Amino acid sequence: MPNVTYISHAGETTTIDVPMGTTVMENAVKNGIEGIVAECGGAMLCATCHVYVDPAFVDKLDPIGEEQDEMLAATAAERKPNSRLSCQIRMKPELAGLIVRMPDRQY
Amino acid sequence: MQPGVVIVGGGQAGLEAAALLRTQGYAGTVTLICEEPHAPYQRPPLSKEFLTGKQEVDRVFLRTLAYYEKQRIDLILEECVTEINTGAKLVHLAGGGTVSYAHLILAVGARNRPLPARGAENALYLRSLEEAVTLKQRIAEARHGIVVIGGGFIGLEVAAAARTAGKTVAVIEAAPRLMARAVSPVLSDFFLDLHQAQGTEVLLNTVAVEVRPDAVMLENGRRIAADLVVVGIGVIPNVELARAAGLEANDGIMVDEYMRTVDPAIFAIGDCAEHPNVFAGGRARLESVQNAVDQARCVARVITGQPEPYRDVPWFWTDQFEIRFQMAGLSGAHDKSVLRGSVQASKFSVFHFKQGRLLAVDSVNRVADHITARKMLAAGTPLTPEQAADETVDLKQLAAAG
Repeated sequence: MPNVTYISHAGETTTIDVPMGTTVMENAVKNGIEGIVAECGGAMLCATCHVYVDPAFVDKLDPIGEEQDEMLAATAAERKPNSRLSCQIRMKPELAGLIVRMPDRQY
Repeated sequence: MQPGVVIVGGGQAGLEAAALLRTQGYAGTVTLICEEPHAPYQRPPLSKEFLTGKQEVDRVFLRTLAYYEKQRIDLILEECVTEINTGAKLVHLAGGGTVSYAHLILAVGARNRPLPARGAENALYLRSLEEAVTLKQRIAEARHGIVVIGGGFIGLEVAAAARTAGKTVAVIEAAPRLMARAVSPVLSDFFLDLHQAQGTEVLLNTVAVEVRPDAVMLENGRRIAADLVVVGIGVIPNVELARAAGLEANDGIMVDEYMRTVDPAIFAIGDCAEHPNVFAGGRARLESVQNAVDQARCVARVITGQPEPYRDVPWFWTDQFEIRFQMAGLSGAHDKSVLRGSVQASKFSVFHFKQGRLLAVDSVNRVADHITARKMLAAGTPLTPEQAADETVDLKQLAAAG
């Protein structure tokens, strides 16, 4: 099973297995990884699962849709080119070993 | 073993309270008593993504089982608390035995309001995972028609899922408009148009008097053929356990702004808690994920000695067909509403004001307005109706300026 490494704002690193087709957000929440809040449970309406995707993986992500673009404009922490909502990052073979960094705050 | 925190109720409020106690550094025992045979799961998708088939059942669970072990959260499934002994600080379990507590959190939720009609036992309801699994199956099997009784959020989400599955659907609502308890008339009209345009028959001011195995009978004598009848007419908060323990309860279990009942060791959160709410301008009982999570956070902070009153902005959402509808604040008391955007294009927000002060914002397919509104409501950012209605005014900038 592919894995994802989550790096907290304080630098704490956690690597977990992430099944294909599930999202980076839901695996973080279900495993109690702090720093991803996801108040809405993945419905893309709260912007509290913001992450910075490691530059090596940015090109492998799906394009940002209009709704995600609007939501990213409303994140609590600074938006960067590699900002994504982790509820919209679905595991696929190219993303095996993905690394994401958490912002300093989600709301 | 020293008594710790006992949480009654394995819905989202109960789960979040357990999780946030650990996040806040609580080191004592945490016991989560769940009535259902499953570990805690999300309810919102049950009438949305799960019902429409966009989400598999195993994805609704809020945490992995390994999480509970790792966080030392003692999960007790299929168990009920039958009595609280406030003097001895312990709860009695239906299966026998007792659990002692230093702090008790009642996150006991609410149950579906039964339909006051003959043959109501022929209808389905939706609250639990089991009910959702059954409902999904029955929608798939329905051949002649599906009648939804109740034009609130749940009823309309079910109706949308059934219609999306290609079924003949009728919605029966006793009130003169849809979602009347939660939204303003312009939104009720918008959703009426939406459902009708999708081919659903919507009957307002209409009462069902009997549910038969093959039909619903209306007060006006009409018979609507249905091989599936679903009822979503609201909930009744579970206050009985608290009341029997001598705790005050009206519409919900009475708590203060720190979620405390009159017993300093006992708290109530989520759907069952009637609390002082600054956005309601008085006491309120809210049924939402926001309320469950933020009240869980509030109680976790109180128990870990970092109390902050509950002052979070209420927000809600519903998905029906391709429409994403989000509400921030509570609009009930508004005296003026203005429109931003285009109703025709299904992309608009309605800003509600009371005496010139922003109360609430209802957004249809305008996620940025919703997020901005939540920030403005939280900060008390001044906004005039004229600014809200003017698309050239950048709300995000106003919100950022506070």
